[in-house]
Amino acid sequence: MNMVSFPPRRSRGKVHVPTVTLAHGGGGKAMKDLIDDVFVEAFDNPLLASLDDSARIDLLDLAQHGDRLAFTTDSFVVDPLVFPGGDIGRLAVCGTVNDLAVGGALPLYLSCAVIVEEGVSIDFLRQIARSMAATAQEAGVKIVTGDTKVVNKGACDQMFITTTGVGVVAAGVELGAHRARLGDAVLVNGLLGDHGAAILGARGDMALQSPIESDCAPLQGLIASLLNAAPNARFLRDPTRGGVATVLNEIAEAAQVAIEIDEAVTPLRDEVRGFCEILGLDPLYLANEGKIVAIVPPDEAEQALEAMRAHRLGRQAAVIGSVVAGEPGRVTMRTIFGGRRIVDMLVGEQLPRIC
Amino acid sequence: MRYVDEFRDRAKADFLVKEIERLLARIGRDENRPLQIMEVCGGHTHSIFRYGVEGMLPKSIELVHGPGCPVCVLPMGRVDDCVAIAEHSEVIFTTFGDAMRVPGSRKSLLQAKADGCDVRMVYSPMDALALARKNPAREVVFFGIGFETTMPSTALTVLQAEREGIKNFSIFCNHITIVPTIKAILDSPDLRLDGFLGPGHVSMVIGDAPYEFIARYYKKPMVIAGFEPLDILQSIWMLLKQIDEGRCEIENQYARVAPAGGNSVALQAVAQVYELREFFEWRGLGSIDHSGVKVRDAYAGFDAERKFAVPNAKIADPKSCQCGEVLKGVIKPWQCKVFGRACSPETPLGALMVSSEGACAAYYQYGGIKRGRDEAEASVA
Repeated sequence: MNMVSFPPRRSRGKVHVPTVTLAHGGGGKAMKDLIDDVFVEAFDNPLLASLDDSARIDLLDLAQHGDRLAFTTDSFVVDPLVFPGGDIGRLAVCGTVNDLAVGGALPLYLSCAVIVEEGVSIDFLRQIARSMAATAQEAGVKIVTGDTKVVNKGACDQMFITTTGVGVVAAGVELGAHRARLGDAVLVNGLLGDHGAAILGARGDMALQSPIESDCAPLQGLIASLLNAAPNARFLRDPTRGGVATVLNEIAEAAQVAIEIDEAVTPLRDEVRGFCEILGLDPLYLANEGKIVAIVPPDEAEQALEAMRAHRLGRQAAVIGSVVAGEPGRVTMRTIFGGRRIVDMLVGEQLPRIC
Repeated sequence: MRYVDEFRDRAKADFLVKEIERLLARIGRDENRPLQIMEVCGGHTHSIFRYGVEGMLPKSIELVHGPGCPVCVLPMGRVDDCVAIAEHSEVIFTTFGDAMRVPGSRKSLLQAKADGCDVRMVYSPMDALALARKNPAREVVFFGIGFETTMPSTALTVLQAEREGIKNFSIFCNHITIVPTIKAILDSPDLRLDGFLGPGHVSMVIGDAPYEFIARYYKKPMVIAGFEPLDILQSIWMLLKQIDEGRCEIENQYARVAPAGGNSVALQAVAQVYELREFFEWRGLGSIDHSGVKVRDAYAGFDAERKFAVPNAKIADPKSCQCGEVLKGVIKPWQCKVFGRACSPETPLGALMVSSEGACAAYYQYGGIKRGRDEAEASVA
C-alpha cells in the first residue's frame, strides 16, 4: 500500500464531565478532548488520528479497486436513537455503506458529522461512536474524517448524524434502473418491513409491544457475492423509506416497464404481518435497512438467488416477481387471495387507519 | 397467521366465485344490466381493493363504494374547527392517524403541526387521557371521529375521566351514525342499488335490529359483512341467494364478531354520554337529520366544542365534486369530471379522495384492475 506520511502521534485528550455542553462545540480544548476521547478513540485509524482538516487518500490505492469513484451522503435523524436491532450509529454507517454498495461500488471511506444537543451524556455519545466503529469494521470501511457541532437544547433531538461515503466501482459493473427488461426477475434478500415495524413499535406511540428487531446491516458482502453470481444484474436498490413498493415504482417508471409481484411468495415475518394488520399498514411500504431489491436477467435469477441464500444476510431471499408486459410504469401485485391490485407510490407517510 | 390466513383462502374464494356466477346467471343479470351492491363501510372498500376482490367477480355484478368512511365524510368546516382548537397554545390536540391529512379550508392537522401546533397521533382515546394525566398544566383534546364503532371508546374515556376527576381532558365530538345516512341514500330519487353489505363493526355495537326498515320498507336485502376478503365474497353470495330465493332480509355473515343484539354495555355508555344532534353536515352528502351525536349537558366539561369557542363555519363542497353521485352508485369514481385531474390523493377536492378507505382514493391508489372496460378508463388516472 502506498502510505501517506503521518505526523508523530500526539497525546489524546480526555473528557472529565458527564454531559455534552456548549463548551464542547466551542472550538477549544473541550472540543478537542471530546473528539479525541469519544470519536478518535472509537474510530481508531491513522487517517483520522492526524485530525487534519481533510483526509487525503491515495489515488493509486483507490484505482486498484476499479475505474470509477462512487460518492454519496445521507443524514440520520431516527427517533428513538436506540431501537431493537440497532441504533443511530449503526444505521448511519449501514445507510451510507449500502447506498454505495447497491451502486456496485466497494465501500471504502466514510465521514461522520455529528450534531449533538447540549445535555446528552458523554457515555451515550461514546456508545453511539463505538456502535459506528463496530459497524464500520463489519462493513470493511474506515471513518476517516468528521465534524462535531453542539447546539442549544431544543435545537435538535439529542443527536443527528450525517455520513458521507466514497467507494470504487469495478470496471464493467453497470447498474441502472432504466436497464430493466421484459422477463427480468425481481429478487429480495429476505424478510421485508422489519426496520419500519421495529421503529414504529419502539416509539411506543402505538402502545404495542413487539419483538420485531430492525434488519439494519451492511450489505457490501452480500452484494459482492450477488454481482459475482449474476454479472449482468440490471439494478440494485436498498428499499429504505417508502419500502419495496416505492423502489419497484421507481424502477417501473425509469425503465418504462410493468412489474408484477406475487404476494404469496413475498417474504414477511408473522410479527410484521400482525403488526401491519392491527395498525392498518401495508408492509410493502415499510422501511428496510438491510435489504436490497435486485433486478436480474431471467437466465441469472437462479444463481443470484443461490448466492444470496448462501450469505448470512440472505437466507430467506426470494424471487418475488418479474418484469411483465403491461402499462409502462405500473406495478401490480397478484394477491394471496387470487386477485390483482395496483401497488402505487404513497402520497405521504403511511398513517394508521381509524377502524 | 391464525385467524387471518383462514379468511384469505384462495381455494374457498374460487369456489365462492363459481357459486356467485351460477346465482347471477339464474337471477338473469348480465354485463349490460349489472346487479349493484353497495358496501356501506370504508373498511370493506379497503379490503376489496387490497385483495383485488372486484376483479375476481363477474362483470354482471357492480360494487358501489358507500359512505362509511368517517374521515372522508368529515366536512371542511369541522377540520377548520380542529385547527382552531389546536392553535390554542395550551392545547395538546390528539387524533387517530388518518385524520391528520384531511384538508380543511385553511390547512390540515398535519400542516397545523408543522406550523407549531402540538398535534399528536394516538391509537386510542385512552392514550389521550393518559396524556392529560401526565400534563396537568395542558388541555388535552381528543378528536372524536367515527361511526358507532369508535363511539363507545370515546364515551368510556369520558366516563373514566369523570371518575378520576380529570379536568383538562375533552373530546371534540364528530361522531356520526350510519343508519340515517343509509336512509338518505335510499330516499334519493336516482337510487339504483339492489342490496347492501352491512357495516360489520358498527353492527358489533348496534346489532342488526336498526337495519330492519331497509328490508321492510325499502325492500332491499342486506348482509352484515366481515372485513376479510372471504367474508366479503361469502356476504355477496348470501345476498345473491336472498335475491334468487325472493327473500328480502337482514342477514348476518359476521356472527363471529357481531352479535344479533349488539353490545349492550357499549350502547349504554354511548347513551349516557351522547345525544343525537338535530342534523350533521356530511362532506359530499350535505346535511342529514339526526346523523350525528353531541356530548350531553351532564358531561359539558368534557366537550371541547363548549370549552373552546369553535368557529363552526359551514364550508361548501367544491362545485365540481360529484362525490354524492359516486356514493349513490350513479357514476363510477373515474367518471367524475375532476377524478385524477384536479382531485387526487395529494390535493383531494372531494370527500372520497381523502382517506385510503374512500372510494376514489382506493381507485386512484389500487386501481380498477377489473374488467376490460374499467381498465381502460381507470388508467386515465
